[in-house]
Amino acid sequence: MAIQILMPALSPTMEEGTLAKWLVKEGDTVKSGQIMAEIETDKATMEFEAVDEGIVGKILIAEGTANVKVNTPICVLVEEGESADDVKAAPAAKTLTNDEQATDSKEENLPRGKGSAAKSAPVAVKSNASPDWPEGTPMKTMTVREALREAMSEEMRANDRVYLMGEEIGEYQGAYKISQGMLDEFGPKRVVDTPITEHGFAGIAVGSAFAGLNPIVEFMTFNFALQAIDHLLNSAAKTLYMSGGQMGCPIVFRGANGAAARVGAQHSQCFAAWYAAVPGLKVVMPYSAADAKGLLKQAIRDPNPVIFLENEIMYGKSFEVPDLPDFTIPFGKARIWREGTDVTIISFGIGMTYALEAADKLAEDGISAEVIDLRTLRPLDYDTVLASVMKTNRCVTVEEGWPVGAIGNHLSATIMERAFDYLDAPVINCTGKDVPMPYAAGLEKHALITTAEVVEAVKSVCYR
Amino acid sequence: MAAEKKPTKSNTSKEDLMGFYREMLMIRRFEEKAGQLYGMGLIGGFCHLYIGQEAVVVGIEAATKEGDKRITSYRDHGHMLACGMDPKGVMAELTGREDGYSKGKGGSMHMFSKEKHFYGGHGIVGAQVPLGAGLAFADKYLGNDNVSFTYFGDGAANQGQVYETYNMAELWKLPIVFVIENNGYAMGTSVKRSTHSKTLWERGAAYGIKGEAVDGMDVLAVKAAAEKAVAVCRAGNGPYILEMMTYRYRGHSMSDPAKYRTREEVQKMKDEKDPIDHVRDLLVQGGHASEDDLKVIDKEIKATVNAAAEFAKDSPEPALAELWTDIYA
Repeated sequence: MAIQILMPALSPTMEEGTLAKWLVKEGDTVKSGQIMAEIETDKATMEFEAVDEGIVGKILIAEGTANVKVNTPICVLVEEGESADDVKAAPAAKTLTNDEQATDSKEENLPRGKGSAAKSAPVAVKSNASPDWPEGTPMKTMTVREALREAMSEEMRANDRVYLMGEEIGEYQGAYKISQGMLDEFGPKRVVDTPITEHGFAGIAVGSAFAGLNPIVEFMTFNFALQAIDHLLNSAAKTLYMSGGQMGCPIVFRGANGAAARVGAQHSQCFAAWYAAVPGLKVVMPYSAADAKGLLKQAIRDPNPVIFLENEIMYGKSFEVPDLPDFTIPFGKARIWREGTDVTIISFGIGMTYALEAADKLAEDGISAEVIDLRTLRPLDYDTVLASVMKTNRCVTVEEGWPVGAIGNHLSATIMERAFDYLDAPVINCTGKDVPMPYAAGLEKHALITTAEVVEAVKSVCYR
Repeated sequence: MAAEKKPTKSNTSKEDLMGFYREMLMIRRFEEKAGQLYGMGLIGGFCHLYIGQEAVVVGIEAATKEGDKRITSYRDHGHMLACGMDPKGVMAELTGREDGYSKGKGGSMHMFSKEKHFYGGHGIVGAQVPLGAGLAFADKYLGNDNVSFTYFGDGAANQGQVYETYNMAELWKLPIVFVIENNGYAMGTSVKRSTHSKTLWERGAAYGIKGEAVDGMDVLAVKAAAEKAVAVCRAGNGPYILEMMTYRYRGHSMSDPAKYRTREEVQKMKDEKDPIDHVRDLLVQGGHASEDDLKVIDKEIKATVNAAAEFAKDSPEPALAELWTDIYA
């Protein structure tokens, strides 16, 4: 059967081209793979190979012709004894135009993203105020460090596919002693010391998660995870989507994040907003020891990649932790640490230190602040945030990260879109300063947030 | 063309030779069809064809057993067909349709099959190397004797994470065969212009990893080398490096005018080293098959590929609701 050869698209963006030269003539026999013509695109001259075998029956577009649209018939291949006039029109390539595709979407109620927020303007929202553990549960005092260790050890006892990998976690007992004693209990098969090679071991851990294990990767600090960030984003976060749901990546990346104390610019950076921007990741940043434990256990059980951001300064802080054989804290549920009526202060992680201190000071001045700990940044508990702002009509956000593209920016935008009419003042974002972290003690203190700045911001939105 | 070559005699059985012929031809015809559909605008974006390199995956697959895993870069169509994935599902993914292996959300560079232990399909050059070691890590952890075949190119062989992986793979004795597909060109940069060392496999020696160079245009040589490497890994003495000396006939991707090499160089490889012609000659000259027998196979494969193309054209576009699925498990 005669076959029409069409002008090919030779790049992702090509719409037309010049048929520069024919390398075959009518009557020639062509074989699959033989170069038939040279075609000029806007970028280069390309060789065009035959796919089908046959005899060149007729050349339809002469060489030197410019602006030949993609999919225009350029010649006809025939079989022995056939005429080029017998050709049946090749079916035109069926590609949907943007307009055609868009018709499908008109009635689509997009669950997330732009366009959804505006539609859901002021409606009653209700936060999930259920307690994290039953009333009357006995409590014990514990540091964040101990809570993290208990969470990992409990989950490793419960599931032998959970293992811990990282630098200095085993024989050295952990750079920050989070994994102290774990090598003794679980052995080197499940507490895997690595060379200093973040890119490599992050990739190995992700691959092992593809194959059915549940790795916990400790980065000594998240600053070093920049060496591995390709695997966190491109390999861990996107594979479930790219595989059409076939292959997930149940993994936890955890470690110290943000500023410690006088360790300089390369060791002092908050990555909360960076990771929270990535669909496919879940992002956790606990403040208290109870949340650190319950959220880390939840993270290890989650079938998705979880970024678990800790803070070196918080490791030694003590909190009350429920004395239960097993408890978890769900993702996407903020905690209201302090109820108030005049202003909502929203924070997470070490930022909560400033938020709670500020609330104490503000109470002395007669300002009642509601303080919310987001606990997880992805998913984010929008309902609790909005319900509180609709009650207090004022909001200040607090975080140690940089001001551009901060979590506070996103909260401000969301509150504006969904609760604009409830606001009595613009939302203020208290963030770290827009500078690399300095070494000098006095400078570092001011590069971060101060409680005084939070107090001042609250007074400003309260017009006091 | 083929008459100029002097095929070596082979002790390989007729069945094996016929199988290699069929599988390699399948990849070639599939890729030619993919190139054609790309030209018609039915396949978009990046599309990297495997034509010329067929002997590598077919020879390696001949040494695998159920449970073994494979992972590769973005030039992945051949690997998928060779491990038994359905050409219809692969082609429908190329056209971005709902019956594709990734429901149209992955494309040419991102396909997976849990069933066939094919772990992608990765677009960041070299990233699949530690991921492949992770597959091997899991098998060793679980205590089975599966082997992970991790393919990467001469270009990826200059990425730092490859050497980070070599170090840990040898340190932990992971059951992994690193298959370097050295086709001579990292996109437009020849190995000579990018690499000081004479070979790529010998770099493993710095980490204590054994390896060798293999004629990657000869499926029998590939299979023999793969069997040796697999035996080392299954016995717990992995990893192992195989540097496949191969060649791609087409450009790096569909939009590559390939001005970095001469037309004569390409033609010489096609004439003298073509992996499919090689097996064809072994079959015919060994008296295993007549030209007519082979024509029957050619026709069958063409029909399979055409059916895959029709399937891929007819499969519907993914529903818009698919935009929001598979982000979280």
